[in-house]
This record gives sequence, structure tokens and C-alpha cells, in this order.
Amino acid sequence: MSARSNILNKLRTGLAGSIPRPDDFDERLVTEPWQYAPEDRITRLRSLMEAVHTEIHQVSSDSWPEKVAGILAARNLSNLLHAPATAHGQKLGEYWPQSGSSAQLLAYDRPVEEWKEELFWQVDASLTGTVGAIAATGSLVLWPDRHEPRLMSLLPPLHIALLRASEIEDNLYAMMQRQNWSAGLPTNLLLVSGPSKTADIEQVLAYGAHGPKELVVLILEDA
Amino acid sequence: MSQRIPVTELTGGFRDRAEVALADGQLRTNFRTAMDSLMKKRADAFPDEEEREGLRELGNRIKARALSRLPDLLEQLEAKLTDNGVKVHWAETTEQANEIVHGIIGARQGSQVVKGKSMVSEEMEMNDYLAERGVECLESDMGEYIVQLDGEKPSHIIMPAIHKNRYQVARLFHDKLGVDETDDVNELIQIGRRTLRRKFMEADVGVSGVNFAIAETGTLLLVENEGNGRMSTNAPPVHIAVTGIEKVVENLRDVVPLLSLLTRSALGQPITTYVNMISGPRKADELDGPEEVHLVLLDNGRSGAFADAQMRQTLNCIRCGACMNHCPVYTRVGGHTYGEVYPGPIGKIVTPHMVGLHQVPDHPSASSLCGACGEVCPVKIPIPELLQRLRQENVKSPAEGPKVKDGGAKYSRKERLIWRFWQTLNSSPVLYRLFLWGATRFRKLTPKHVGPWTENHTAPVPAKRSLHDLAREHLARNGGQ
Ligand code: SF4
Repeated sequence: MSARSNILNKLRTGLAGSIPRPDDFDERLVTEPWQYAPEDRITRLRSLMEAVHTEIHQVSSDSWPEKVAGILAARNLSNLLHAPATAHGQKLGEYWPQSGSSAQLLAYDRPVEEWKEELFWQVDASLTGTVGAIAATGSLVLWPDRHEPRLMSLLPPLHIALLRASEIEDNLYAMMQRQNWSAGLPTNLLLVSGPSKTADIEQVLAYGAHGPKELVVLILEDA
Repeated sequence: MSQRIPVTELTGGFRDRAEVALADGQLRTNFRTAMDSLMKKRADAFPDEEEREGLRELGNRIKARALSRLPDLLEQLEAKLTDNGVKVHWAETTEQANEIVHGIIGARQGSQVVKGKSMVSEEMEMNDYLAERGVECLESDMGEYIVQLDGEKPSHIIMPAIHKNRYQVARLFHDKLGVDETDDVNELIQIGRRTLRRKFMEADVGVSGVNFAIAETGTLLLVENEGNGRMSTNAPPVHIAVTGIEKVVENLRDVVPLLSLLTRSALGQPITTYVNMISGPRKADELDGPEEVHLVLLDNGRSGAFADAQMRQTLNCIRCGACMNHCPVYTRVGGHTYGEVYPGPIGKIVTPHMVGLHQVPDHPSASSLCGACGEVCPVKIPIPELLQRLRQENVKSPAEGPKVKDGGAKYSRKERLIWRFWQTLNSSPVLYRLFLWGATRFRKLTPKHVGPWTENHTAPVPAKRSLHDLAREHLARNGGQ
């Protein structure tokens, strides 16, 4: 007998004579306490994310590339990883030559194996999109794919994320429903709620444990 | 190392270790401070009692529903994960689980493993198993890394190195990594970051635990603050997740309340920095992510607990650690005193099914039954009730057929006879009066030493006159009003 059938048989014996519990999931419990007027969503998101050291700027959907250049310049960073095949990556690429920025634009356009050392140690910052955010918990939703791979939001010490103001949902449940997550998920869906941190030594909070030390969110107001 | 915690070096039972721990001022300060702060954070995260109680009830129902369909959900999970390209393995014992993990590493000729935080891998003693076979297995959660570097075991399931203070960590890093001693926590974390980043890059395999396995979509959900979990599951070419069979939930929406209960109960955070939802290995056209993802489903006594409708509730546990944080015993003796992977109240109710009661005979009674654990448990496990049940199982005679693994560990014929005698005495008025007459007359003859009681107390001596006697006299005098 395989381990699989032994385990399943034992569990089935344990259940003999019982009937499955009904699904009485009460969605009000996870939605009603977490509802906000549309104009309050950004405030809620900001206050939660800023409380955990996230830097947030509200910018127009046209001017954000300038803001990115400014953020890099203020920190004196020498490069920025972007995803050229995405709409925002393309926009950034078009803007960059005229930005006057000394930072070099890097493209995540080849498998990680081909440039692991560089990705792990030499990339200063990255820019990725998001598919929305959750006001209740102050979380960004990242949906990595072929064009904007998983490690982009993890390896560089500074992660800049773009968020459309109109894509902020009240709570996680609403987000799942609106985007119909149960119909299909990417290989790695992420909720990101601040820069990487740890409190493992004496419960003293330290940022930049293994992931980004800094998270900057640009909230794009629809023009 | 002057400040090394002596508890871990001790052998012997719970009682011996507790005695040493109780006398260790540094250890007690470390725990007291940490537990006080964790309790406050949890309380602050649930400002609305009604909301909290509604959510706990929902959490309990979700887990109960999942358990009521557990074998079907496990099969559904397996089918979905397989569709998604994840390979699913089953292990009845930790030995089997270790063999599976070692087999996967061997197939890739791997020699370096990085681990995200995983209590199940602690249960398997995976690090030692792999080390004996020439595979280096490095912990990457900062707390776990510190503990591993010092050759210790975690003392808390969420805060593994909570028993150490910054000076102890500074000295450890100095001794083991050759860096300058610093008492700046930020600097200490940066030392850890640099050291481990190289390991993430070089590792052949990443191992992680799982917080929730979602049957509906075939998704493994992991929560964390540091990013080491994402590193371990994303950077190496192979990811192996190990988890207990109880972690499966039916639907994606079920994790909404469970996630909220978990992070608020554990750390008082509305959510962790990262919620990492893995539904498959790298697709053909993707540029990163592991080429292989494996899930090892471990039983290790869980199906035994499952067989008993009352003990089945232990499988509700979402490993938040709140029961420890609120436990007056845990706070005083610390995690290492329990001598097992899962300390505190949760450890007391899950460990017997894994290792048998004979290995942890004192655990069910190392509790004042104050009830704090049951009150805070986000999935409403009636921990005090289960502790009482374990106490009963612990003293059952072989003939009574104890229902928990190696039950009857504390069965003693002598004790049983004494209780029988006590029962007879108290249920027969004649005998009782006779005994009372004797006990008050010959009170000077009671023994001076009565077992462990007199180690800390003076021996009880019966009063000159019984309460009955006094009451009768009182009534006679006052005319029975
Ligand atoms: S028993 Fe309850 S309180 Fe304790 S760790 Fe498990 S879920 Fe948390």
C-alpha cells in the first residue's frame, strides 16, 4: 500500500458515518467592517502603508516617469530595472533618453540564469506595475508574468510600484471577486504591503531583511 | 559565550528543564518582554470585539468544514496542483518525508538547500537528516538563522530567536561569521542579509512550509515579512514545499478570514509584508521562478488525531502562536523547556499524536487550565478541554484502551487504588464518618512527607474538629436559623 492510500484510508475511516459540513461562508464578516467611501480608499491605503515605511506619491498618469527619474536622482542610484514589453515599461523607455537621468535602464529580457550574479548584487532599483491594491490592509497586488518576472519586485533594494487610483478595492474579498481569481491565477500572485522587514531580534523592527529596503508607490490619478 | 541559554543543554524531563529555566533571570526577562508586547499588539489589532468574535467563529467553521471533507479536499488539491505542474508527494512518517526530499535533491545532484521558515521541516529534523547525507541546509528566516548558527532549536513558532537579546546575537555573529561585534539591530540584520543573499543565489533547492493549501485553485499560500520565503521559493531552480495534511482549505475565499486571523493573532499586523501565492513552476516562456515545484504532504500522527472527533480539533490550528504568547506557563519557562518542536499550549495538544504521550507525559499537566489559550485561539480550539482529555488518556490502564498514541503513560496501579479507596470512602456515609472520626483524633499521625506536595508546601494536618461537627454545634447553639 502506498503512503497516499494509507493516509486517505485512515482519514476516510475517521469520517465514517459523518456528513460534510455545509458551506456557510458569511461574506459580510469579511466585507462589512472593511468598506470605504471611494475618496477614503487612498487615505486608508496611504496611512497603512506609510505606517510601515512605504513612500507614497500621488502623480498624474502622464508625469510619473519624471517622478521616477527624480526618485533615482535623489538617491543617486545608477540603474533601474524595468519591463520593456509592458505598457508602462514602454512609456518609461520612451521618456528616459530625455529625462536627463544618469541612471541606466536595464531590461529584464532574459532568463534569470543568464545574469543571476548581476540581478542579485548590481541592480539598484526596479519599476513594476500592479493590478490594484487593497485599502483594508494597505496591500499592493502584483501579478508577475513573462514580461514582468517575479524577482523584479524582490531583488533590488528599491522597488517602485505603479498603482492606478481607480484600481484600489476595499478589501481582499472584493479584489478576488472583481478579478475573478478562482478562475485562474498566475504562477505567483503577490500581495505586497511594505518594504521587507523583520523583528526577529528583540522585536526591534528593521527594514530590508531580504527583500527591498525601500518601497515607493506612485498612485496614478486618472487624467 | 557567557550568556548562553543553559536550557537547551539540559537533558531530562519537562520538570528538570523548567526548574533551570525558572532560575534564569535573563531568559525570563526576554520572554516576559516579548510576550507582553505580542499580547498588546494582538489586542490592538482587534479593537472591535464583535468583529473579532464573528471572524473567529467563521475561522472555526471553515476549518471544521475543510476537515469534514479532508480526504476529498486532499485529492482535489493534488489534482489541481498536478494540472498546474506541481508534483505532489505523500509521506506517512517524517522518515518517508525526508527520503522524498532527499530524493528530489539527489535527482538534481544538489548539495545546497536554503529554507524558508517551516515548522514541519523542524518536525522532520530535515536539517540533520540532510546534513548526514552531505547536503547543507541553511535556515534563512533571520530568527531561524540565528538559532541554527548557535546549534539551537527555535523557542517560539513565530519568533524562533525570541530567547536571545541583541548582545547575544552580536557575540554569536562575531564568533561564527568573524564580523565586528555591534549592538545595532539594523547592522546585525544587514549582516544576515548579505550572508544569506549569496546562499539564495547559489542554492540548488529551496524548501518552504505552507500556511494554506487551496484545493479549489491548487495554490500554496505563504505569509512572511522578510522576503526569505519569496527568495526560497523563487530563486533556486527547485522549490520543495513541505506541509501537514491539515493545511488544506476548500476555496480561495476561505483564506480571506483565515489570513486576517493569522496575521493579527500572531503579530498584530493587519497583514504580513508578503503574501506569496504559488500556483505552479515557471512556465515555458517565463524568465524566472523554479523549474520544478514539489509539495510533500506529511501525516506524522495527524490521521491519528483525526480519528478522534474531539482531538480532530487540534487540526484546526493555523500556527499563529497566540496561545503561547498568552500562556502564563510558557511565558515563564520559555519554549525550550518543552523539549519538542511545538512548545506551549499548541505543542501540548499536537505533540502527543506525533511522538506519543510516553515521550511527553508531563505536558498535559503543565497547565493551570486558566483558559487564556482557548480564549485567544483564532480558530477556537478548546485547548483547555483537550488538555483535560489528554490528562485522562494519560492515566488510562492498558485495559481501558487509551485512544491517544502511547496513552496511559502515567497510569499507576497504586494511584488508581488510592482513588478507588477515596471514592468508596466518599460514597459511603458510614465509612466517611468513621474516617472523619479517626482523622481528627489521630491528626498527629499524618505523614510529614507526602510526595512532591511537601517539596514546596508544609504537609496538611487535619483540624481538631471537622466542619460537620462545628456546623452541627453552631446550629444547635443558634437554633438552626
Ligand atoms: S492552537 Fe490556536 S492559538 Fe495556538 S497556534 Fe494554533 S491557531 Fe494559534
